[in-house]
Amino acid sequence: MLESLIVFILASIIGAEVISKVPATLHTPLMSGSNAISGITLVGALIVAGMVGDAWAMWLGFVAVIVATINVVGGFLVTDRILQMFKKKD
Amino acid sequence: MKQNIIDIAYLVSGIMFIYGLKRLQSPATARKGNQLAAVGMLVAVVATLFFKELLTPVQMLIGVVIGAGIGAYLAKKVEMTGMPELVAAFNGFGGIASVLVAGAEIARFMAHNAADTGGNEFTAITAITISLSILIGMITFTGSFVAFGKLSERISGNPISFFGMRVITVVLMLASIAATIWMAIENNALTEINADPVLNGAIVIAIAGALLGILLVIPIGGADMPVVVALLNSYSGLAAAATGFVLNNNALIISGALVGASGLILTNIMCVAMNRSLLNVLIGGFGGDGGDAASGGGVSTAGMTVNSTSADDVAILLSYANKVIFVPGYGMAVAQAQHTVRELAEELIKKGVEVKYAIHPVAGRMPGHMNVLLAEANVPYDQLFEMDEINAEFETTDVAVVIGANDVVNPAARHDKASPIYGMPILNVDKAATSIVLKRSMRPGYAGIDNELFYNSNNQMLFGDAKASIAAVTNEVKQL
Repeated sequence: MLESLIVFILASIIGAEVISKVPATLHTPLMSGSNAISGITLVGALIVAGMVGDAWAMWLGFVAVIVATINVVGGFLVTDRILQMFKKKD
Repeated sequence: MKQNIIDIAYLVSGIMFIYGLKRLQSPATARKGNQLAAVGMLVAVVATLFFKELLTPVQMLIGVVIGAGIGAYLAKKVEMTGMPELVAAFNGFGGIASVLVAGAEIARFMAHNAADTGGNEFTAITAITISLSILIGMITFTGSFVAFGKLSERISGNPISFFGMRVITVVLMLASIAATIWMAIENNALTEINADPVLNGAIVIAIAGALLGILLVIPIGGADMPVVVALLNSYSGLAAAATGFVLNNNALIISGALVGASGLILTNIMCVAMNRSLLNVLIGGFGGDGGDAASGGGVSTAGMTVNSTSADDVAILLSYANKVIFVPGYGMAVAQAQHTVRELAEELIKKGVEVKYAIHPVAGRMPGHMNVLLAEANVPYDQLFEMDEINAEFETTDVAVVIGANDVVNPAARHDKASPIYGMPILNVDKAATSIVLKRSMRPGYAGIDNELFYNSNNQMLFGDAKASIAAVTNEVKQL
């Protein structure tokens, strides 16, 4: 538990340092992209749904897999769509 | 051994997320950064699928395929004006995923023959982490979908509040804490726990969280939605991190922390841009869609007159200027005028005019939204400038053209202590030699207050639909 807390705090600090330097121009793709990263819950969903061997856990986890994948795939794709529009003057 | 491989894979994916986000620091590297983060996700998922002993790999793959299909469809279909509601919906999906995973973990505790996938003891800490995962996840879920409804105008954008709302909020929070304690008391070896308090406690928390999410967003007016979307973004990260604590999974904790920090930073930037505290935004009741909001500022504009101008006069003014700054607001996107504006800018550049765009942080409906809308219209990003970069330049600017923006250019924010927007940082359009405001009518903006800028002697109003007006100006410029 304490170990997890240490990881959480260090990751938060790194996140704050990296993200505070993102320019306002890119705040929308930052949100949609980081949103896709928060879909990492997918990994948790795969573990509980796939490994527990209990029907309830499996079905709850199965639905979690679907919604988390929507979050991940949709988030990264829409971010890519946005970023490909950002062009310099030719 | 297998667990070591998985842990290293999670470390690799965490590093890829961090460097992916770092590449978002410049538009030139941003796309690569997003792709790097996506690969990081793939690494984490593939490692989990292949190195964990999954009992139901087929079902899991089916789930991934269904989700990927829906996600890809939504990402392809969305209009760029609809980005805020899509991000809100995705936040909501992330939130409910955390709730479901926590629910599945409870099911594991209750199933006596379940496989050994985690801790064997239901401790007070387990109870707290499960409670947090459900509570934050549920608030994110319902809050995001109310925000989605407001942003997509499926429900009214006006702030909704009722008598006793704050009391209910406090009661729901207390109920969640009580339920967590109820769950925490029941700590025992897994096979010996009494399932009832755990399950019922979780249900109480889920219901309380759902209601809290709704109560969080309904009192917030349309103008404040960028703050809420950013805040919910942060919550979706915290929900993932909380789930990581439940499962003792570093991949979830690291990613969740990154997203939580990102959302909080954006929330803060939005609050600063509106000169409001987060608490003030959350208490709400400010800035609806309708024109029924606050009364005017301290300076009476009654009896004052505005100068009205025409498309050909504007064309002459712009063509012979040295420097022109466009100030777009969300009204420009509503009028679908961004392509026409870019065309006008190109014509002016051909004539040797220096053209820049000044973007206020709250110009769109989510952080950075206006930049995306202009990028979509092929405006090069090196012509877009943030408020702090460009504000000093208005004094040396010949013409500032305000298109569909209002409160963010109101000089009252600088000096009129009685104005509801006093103290809000604004774009100093009034410092330009001439300002031109494109507007449909004299109707006030989101904050419902009159704009002093319109009555300045060096300001001219070009009334009409923004797209039609700009098109007319562009035509005139071409003929000069």
